[in-house]
Amino acid sequence: MSTYRKETVPIPVPSPITQPFWDATKEHRLLLQTCDSGHIFYYARSHCPNCLSSQLEWVEASGRGKLYSYTVAWREQSPDFAADVPYIIAAITLDEGPRMTSLLVETKPEDVEIDGAVELVWDDVSPEISMPYFRPVAKVGAA
Amino acid sequence: MRGLRGDAAIVGIAEFAPERKPSRTWMGVEVYSELARQALADAGLSIRDVDGLITGNNLLEAQTFIPATLIEYMGIESHFSEVLDLGGAAGAGAVLRAAAAIESGFCDTVLCIIQTTMPPTNPHAAATQRARDWGGGVWGSPQAEFEIPFGAIQGSYGYAMIANRYKHEYGLTYEQLAKIAVDQRTNALANPKAVFRNTPLTIEDVLNSPMIVEPLHLLEIVMPCFGGAAVVVSSKETAARAKNRPAYIIGAGENTTHRSVTYDPDFTHSPIKAAADRAWAMSGVKHGEIDLASLYDCYTITVLLTIEDAGFCAKGEGPKFVEEHNLTYKGDFPVNTHGGQLSFGQSGLAGGMSHVTEAYLQMTGRAGDRQLRRCDTVFVNGNGGIMSEQVSLILRGG
Repeated sequence: MSTYRKETVPIPVPSPITQPFWDATKEHRLLLQTCDSGHIFYYARSHCPNCLSSQLEWVEASGRGKLYSYTVAWREQSPDFAADVPYIIAAITLDEGPRMTSLLVETKPEDVEIDGAVELVWDDVSPEISMPYFRPVAKVGAA
Repeated sequence: MRGLRGDAAIVGIAEFAPERKPSRTWMGVEVYSELARQALADAGLSIRDVDGLITGNNLLEAQTFIPATLIEYMGIESHFSEVLDLGGAAGAGAVLRAAAAIESGFCDTVLCIIQTTMPPTNPHAAATQRARDWGGGVWGSPQAEFEIPFGAIQGSYGYAMIANRYKHEYGLTYEQLAKIAVDQRTNALANPKAVFRNTPLTIEDVLNSPMIVEPLHLLEIVMPCFGGAAVVVSSKETAARAKNRPAYIIGAGENTTHRSVTYDPDFTHSPIKAAADRAWAMSGVKHGEIDLASLYDCYTITVLLTIEDAGFCAKGEGPKFVEEHNLTYKGDFPVNTHGGQLSFGQSGLAGGMSHVTEAYLQMTGRAGDRQLRRCDTVFVNGNGGIMSEQVSLILRGG
C-alpha cells in the first residue's frame, strides 16, 4: 500500500552498502553520512564523495529543506507512474547541505514554489522499506 | 612523427593481493573507490587532484554510463573519461592514454583502475531485472535505489527541472524556448535529409503541443530515430592529401560532473562552461570568429544553456539573445543549420555526431540550400546524460 501513489513499485532494492539506510526508513529516520574529515553527504555510499575516506558514520537528517527545483510530469516517464499523473519530481536541498531526489506530495502543481520550505513525510510501501517524500511547509498565516 | 614527450609519470599505485579463493566480495562502486583511495594515498595526493578517469569495462551497477556513475560516486570532476576494453592490455593501455591525455593538456591527474573482484550474490534478481528494463542500471546502482523509485527516470524530467530553476533565477518564457525549436525547423526545411523537412513550425504550434514535463512541450523534446554517422580524423600530414578541405581540431575540452541531475552542482551554470572554456583557451579563437554554432539539442533548454555557458552571451541573457538573433542559416547567429536533432532527428547515440558532420559539410561548402556564405570556424558541443558529460570542439578549416 502507498499513501501517496497508486502503485508501490518500484521499491528500492538495498545492497550491502545501503542496507542500513533503508533499514532506518522503517523507523522513519532519514540517514545521511559523515566522514572523518567532517564532510556530510547523501546518498548512502561506501566512500565519501568529497575526500574518498572510508571512515564513515551515519547521522540522522532533520527532514527539513528547500525545493531546489521540480517538474510536474503530465505524461508518465515510466509505466509504474502512469496512474499517478500528474506527479511532481523534486530536487530537495536538505538543511544539512546535500541534495536529494524525491517526490513532492500534498500539494497542487500550481502551488509549488522553488526555494520554498519543505519537510519530510514517509510512505510505508513494504514491511522492509518506507519511502522518504517531501511536502511544502504550511505558511504561517495561510488560510 | 610525434609521440609522447615523456612529460607524464606514474606517481602512485595500489594492488590487492591476488587470491584464488576471494576473502571477501565487493560491490563494484566500492572496489573502484577503494582502489582509488589506496593509490592516491600512496601518491600523497587527494581525490581533489584527480581530473581524469580510465576504467575497465566491468562495473556491477552499470552497463552504460560507467564513467559518469563512478565520477558521481567518487566526487570527481573529470576532463577525460574513458572505459577501456583491451583485455589483458587494459592496464598498460590505460597508462598510455593517461599520458597522452595529460601531455595534450586535457587533464592533469588520471586515475587508471582495472579490477576483477567477486561481487556478492544478488538476492533480488527479479527486482533488479525490472530496473534494468528501464535502462536505469542494476542492483546496487545509485539510480536503481535513489532515483528511479522516485520517478526520476530517462532525461526529460531532469531538463525540465533545469528549465524551471533557470526560470526562477533569471526569467524565461515558453515563447523564448519555442523560438529555438522554430528557427531550427526553418533550417530543417532546407535539409533534404531532415525528418521534419516538409513540416513548417510556428511558436503557436510548439505552445499548443502537449505539455510533457513542465515547462517542456512535446515539440521541444527530441524524437528518437534510427541512423548512424562516421567521421574520419587524421594527422595533418594525411589531411594535406585528403580530397576535402581539412577541419583541424584546434581546441577541445571535456567535463563530466555527475550522473543524476540532482547532483549537477548548479542547474543554471552548467558543466558546459568548463569544457567550452578549455576549448576556447586551447584554440585561441574568439567568439566573434565563429561562423556556426553546432550545439547538442536534446531539448530547447539545452541550446539556451549552451549559448550562455559557451560564452556567446552573458549568464541570464540567453532568453533575450535567442529572441533578438536569427538562429537560421539565413541569420546573424546560425545554430544547428541541419535542423538540430529536434528537427533533423536523433539517431540514438549517433545523434550527437550530426553536429560534427554538419559542421564539416558547411566548412567544405556542401550544405546545399542551407549553405552559409562563409564557414571557416565552428564551435561544436556534445552533451550526454542529463548535462552529465560535455565535450566542446573548435574546428578551423585549413
